[in-house]
Amino acid sequence: MTMALIIQYCLAGITVGSIYAIVAIGFNIIYNTTGIVNFAQGEFLIVGAMIAVSLCAMMPLPLAIALAVLITMAIGGLLELIFIRRVRDAGVLRLIIITIGISILMREAMLHIWDEKVRALPYFTGNDASTIGFLGASLSPQVLWVLGVCGVIVAGLTLFFRYTLVGRAMRACADDRMAARLCGINERWMVTLSFMLSAGIGALAGCVTSPLTQTQYDMGAPLAIKGFTVAILGGLGNSMAAVAAGLLLGLLEVLTMSQFPAAYKEAVSILVLLLILVVRPTGLFARGDAAGLRAF
Amino acid sequence: MSPGRYIPLVLAAVAIVAVHLGLSAADLTSRMTQITMAAYYGLVVIGLCLLMGYAGQVSLGHAGFFAIGGYVSAALTTCNLLKSRQAWPVNWCDAIGLLVEHRDLYGQVMLSFKPWPAFLASLVLAGLIAWIIGQPVIRLKGHYMAMATLGFGLIIYRIVLGAEVFGRADGISNVPPFELVSIGGWRLAVSDDISLRVQNYYIAWGTVLVAMMLAINLVHSRVGRALESIHQSEEAAHSLGINTFQYKLYTFILSALFAAAGGALLTHYNANINPSEVSVMKSVRYVSIVAVGGMANLWGALIMGVVLNFLSLRGKFGSYDDAVFGAILIGIMLFAPNGLLRMPDLKTLFGPIWRRSHG
Repeated sequence: MTMALIIQYCLAGITVGSIYAIVAIGFNIIYNTTGIVNFAQGEFLIVGAMIAVSLCAMMPLPLAIALAVLITMAIGGLLELIFIRRVRDAGVLRLIIITIGISILMREAMLHIWDEKVRALPYFTGNDASTIGFLGASLSPQVLWVLGVCGVIVAGLTLFFRYTLVGRAMRACADDRMAARLCGINERWMVTLSFMLSAGIGALAGCVTSPLTQTQYDMGAPLAIKGFTVAILGGLGNSMAAVAAGLLLGLLEVLTMSQFPAAYKEAVSILVLLLILVVRPTGLFARGDAAGLRAF
Repeated sequence: MSPGRYIPLVLAAVAIVAVHLGLSAADLTSRMTQITMAAYYGLVVIGLCLLMGYAGQVSLGHAGFFAIGGYVSAALTTCNLLKSRQAWPVNWCDAIGLLVEHRDLYGQVMLSFKPWPAFLASLVLAGLIAWIIGQPVIRLKGHYMAMATLGFGLIIYRIVLGAEVFGRADGISNVPPFELVSIGGWRLAVSDDISLRVQNYYIAWGTVLVAMMLAINLVHSRVGRALESIHQSEEAAHSLGINTFQYKLYTFILSALFAAAGGALLTHYNANINPSEVSVMKSVRYVSIVAVGGMANLWGALIMGVVLNFLSLRGKFGSYDDAVFGAILIGIMLFAPNGLLRMPDLKTLFGPIWRRSHG
């Protein structure tokens, strides 16, 4: 393998990895405020991209994407208000089944609103043929968009959670729901907000990857599995570790793709998921003593 | 040992005969095909009900076990070992009577496994796989177990789609009939032969009743009580000296066996199997049926399984097939977590109004 080829593979790995990281962060935001793993997380990406593709015909691209993100946020918030809020204190089994039901309904709704055709947003800059040279490897400008947007999302979330009142309130809920309530934080709205937030960043990630990976109504479930793998790999609830874990899984996937038939690509992440669940369900970066305190 | 618990079995047997008589009186015997298929799906549902309702473990990978049963039976009974007849494993199988020569559609001579050994092999394999993946998976809880079993189902789906022996996207067709018994001229066979439709209806329902009896006995035994205590509080059960891991693992294996048996029999009945049986949606469908039936309610799950699968097989839901199951899943979990056959919780149903009027 030449140096250029290795760099090419690494770039591809980092690109898919950063998408997985965004899905994983979406999982984490909701998990932190509610203790629920939202099985419909992958669908948010697809819904966002689908709406943007439709709006794109009527208005300029940036406006279409912004509107798509807002609409998806509204959908996320509504889903929480309608389905999750009334059963917040129910058992885990019930909550799992409800989010699975939501993901099916979203998928089927997309199938009937749009159709099973593969769609894509146009490239943000240039077209599918334009490339930029990088250390002998060539990459599409869209890859830079993906990396840039993912970076901005991660940085933005960090600032939001660290420095804004709402962000801090959400973190307080994640730490101890009861204590947060006693401090006068409206915990219910924090949950709704967490659904809106993860729907929003999902939609944004869906839009920015759409030109590269295309968008089809049933692509949400595989994304969700991979995002979950990454979330577990980094330790559920830990968004910064999710970025590292995402890049790791992305690189691993591209590495297998370069050596084995493409059909095994899916199997890699599932195998990693099963392995990490068995060997170290607290994630790669968790400290041993903290891990002992949590139930799996 | 109370005979009371077997009364529903007798009633079910009466109902099965009544449905047959009713359908033949109304000249609708063609409907029996779908009822027979629904019965085999019912086997999966009974197993999953034991796992979910009694052991409290959710599995999103049961279509995978169904597929192991169906695909292994189909592959073994349709393979052609004629070329490697001299090789010792084949020779050995031939010598003890596991193989049979038959002709395929084009009149070509084939040497394949007989349905009985193939069926048993598929069950053994399903049980073994359940045991292996159960070791780690059963130790997980809630979300983690759901995702892990979902991952298992997806791997099986990929294998089925990618492997030449399983026919890739086309699946396996022309699966021979499964001759259960043959005494003199009288034979009992699971096959897609229309003239054997009535016979197959009773074979399928007989199997379901046997499975049901096994499940009922299990639930009312020491094991069943142990499972129930695990479901209520695992820590408490553990402190009473119940080996919670072992019980959950055995239930997992048992439910995998039920699913595999359903898969194998349905494959012989349809004479084919294809990857759509392995999709994640199928696993979700089984889970939703158990939920509609009321989780820890074997009869509820069975009835709902047969009704919903029958309607789905008749194409009553059209292109909204999956959406119907998704909507059912959410609706039941929101409004009637104890199943449709029990009274819905009115307080949840009218929650907002009720709260306001008392606030």
